[in-house]
Formats: sequence, structure tokens, C-alpha cells
Amino acid sequence: MKILIVDDFSTMRRIIKNLLRDLGFTNTQEADDGITALPMLQSGNFDFLVSDWNMPGMTGIDLLRAVRADAKLAGLPVLMVTAESKREQIIEAAQAGVNGYVVKPFTAGTLEEKISKIFERVEG
Amino acid sequence: MQEQTETDQIRLELARTLVAHLEAGENEDADRVIGELAEIKENELFTEVGRLTRELHEAINGFLLDSRVSEMTQVDIPDAKERLNYVISMTEQSADRTLTAVEESLPMVEALDKQAGELLAEWDKFRSRLLTKDDFRGLSDELAAFLQQTQHHSNSLHDNLSNVLMAQDFQDLTGQIIRKVIDLVHDVEEKLVKLVRITGGKLESSKKVDDPTVLEGPVVPGVEQGDVVANQDDVDDLLSSLGF
Repeated sequence: MKILIVDDFSTMRRIIKNLLRDLGFTNTQEADDGITALPMLQSGNFDFLVSDWNMPGMTGIDLLRAVRADAKLAGLPVLMVTAESKREQIIEAAQAGVNGYVVKPFTAGTLEEKISKIFERVEG
Repeated sequence: MQEQTETDQIRLELARTLVAHLEAGENEDADRVIGELAEIKENELFTEVGRLTRELHEAINGFLLDSRVSEMTQVDIPDAKERLNYVISMTEQSADRTLTAVEESLPMVEALDKQAGELLAEWDKFRSRLLTKDDFRGLSDELAAFLQQTQHHSNSLHDNLSNVLMAQDFQDLTGQIIRKVIDLVHDVEEKLVKLVRITGGKLESSKKVDDPTVLEGPVVPGVEQGDVVANQDDVDDLLSSLGF
């Protein structure tokens, strides 16, 4: 299971990386915004994408749309982990095809629950 | 008051003249008198506009000459930006130190847990008299090595926990810096309110326009941020209502 973590704050990337490692996902890579993430996704055979929303350069929602528009990546499961908590935005992300939405600050338990739910649905 | 009665007197006289002209059918003269009457009114208006303009001019000048305003724009606000940037870098450093300590500690704890589990299994065998003399000698060596490693790892864990402890010093410092910036924001607010008053605007409590394209960032208690969810449960409810 190869996972890409996209967040503009390195500390948040480290926290997510450590939480994922605790959950048994050790193969992770990092990117600091959508612009760096997209080429990595296109060439890297990733199985899962965890992305923040508000990032300079290319935001998480634009990255999500780019992923869904790319024939090769369209089926990639995407979890949004973000501080953005307006209802319109959550609906916007859902309409753009997000697989899960976690609001910051979050707990390890929430992250684990959302990830396992996504994989249940993807595999089932 | 004196001036007022004088104006009234003139007006009254002009009005009488006007009536006289009209009754006599002297239309041209009547028009001239109407013109004079209007002129009196216009003069009053011009005087009033002039007075207001002068007051506004003086008030704006007074505002601009207020040394606090220029000090705020030239010194305090750039200074506040520096301070806030420093807060970002301090909190980032602290998070990094803490994360490094945790990343170093977790594998040590995992190793100790794994070795303790293995030794416990061997120890249980020994207590059930299932170990040969040679096996026991092996176990004894392993135990000695384990105790040594436990001591070594405990020292490292102690250092790492101390690092985590020390990394929290940012709270005090950033708290002081942020409080100063809050004071400045308060000052700026007061000056802005004054400026709005001078220019004659009314401070109506206008509701913030909710622009869905603006990213709000984290929810802050006590700040109006539009239609936001309260917690992860709300997010889950919203998504499940959308068929997730």
C-alpha cells in the first residue's frame, strides 16, 4: 500500500505519516501542494491519497478534481484532512468525488476509522 | 439671532414688494424679487456647505497629524508582522522537536515490548520446568542483555521526554507576543472607528457576507465563520445525508 500525503505544513505531514505508520502503512511519500503532488501521482503508482485543502500553488480540491479528471488516476481513493469546515465546502468536496473527509484537529481514532471505511468500500 | 431677524425682515419686505408687483401686474419686477428671495436661501446653503467642508478638513488633518496613527503604520504594524512570523517559526520548531523525540522513542518502545514478550514466553517455559540447562544459560544471557538494553533505552527515553517538555516553552513566549499584537489590533480598531465617524459613515452592525470561495481555516470559537460544522460527527452526518 503506497500512500501520498499532501500538506503544506511539514509538521502535519509528519503527524499523518506517523499515524499511518502506527496503522501499519509504512510506504508513504510527501508533497507540499497539488502542483508537486500531481506528477508524483501520475508516475508513482500510489494506492491512496491523503490531502489538505488550503495550500498555496494548487489547493487540495483542485488536486482532487485533477485526479478525478485523469483517466489513470480517476479511481484513486482520496481522503481530505483539512481545517476547512464550512458545509458548502464539505458538499463541494463530496461532489468532486472525495472518499472521506476529516476535519482538523483530529484524533488517531478518527483517521483510522475513515481509512478503514474507505478501503472496505473500495474493496467491497 | 440678530442676523436671523435681519434676514427675516429682508424676506418679509421682499415678500410684500413681490405681492405689490404681482397685484400691479408688473411681472418682470415680480420675477426679479423672486430671484432675490432665492439668492438669500442659496447664500445660507453655501455658508453651511463651507462650514461643513472646513470641519471635515480639520478633522481629517487632525486624524492624519495624530502621531499614534503614523507610528502604527510605520512601526507597529510591520513590527507585528515580524512578531507573528516569529510565532509561526517558534511553534514550527517546537512541533519539529517534539515529533523528532517521538519518532525516536516509538521504535525503542516497540523493541522493548517485542523483546519482553519473547523473554516472557521463555521465562514461562522455565517456570514450567520445560527448559534444559543449556536453554536456561541462553535465557540468562538474553535476560542480561535485555536488562542492559532496557537501561540504555530508558536513558534515551528520558532524554526524549525532557526534549518534549522543553519544546513546550513556545507557549509562554508566543502568548506574550500574540497578546501585544492583540493590543495593536485593538488600537487600530479604535482609530478606524474614529475615521469612519469623521467621514460621516454610520457604524451599522453589518453582517459578514458569507463567501463560499474564501477558505476560512480552522473553526475559532466565538468568531462568526458562516455555516460551519461543529465537529467530525457533523461532517459524518452531512456526508451520510449525501449518500456517503
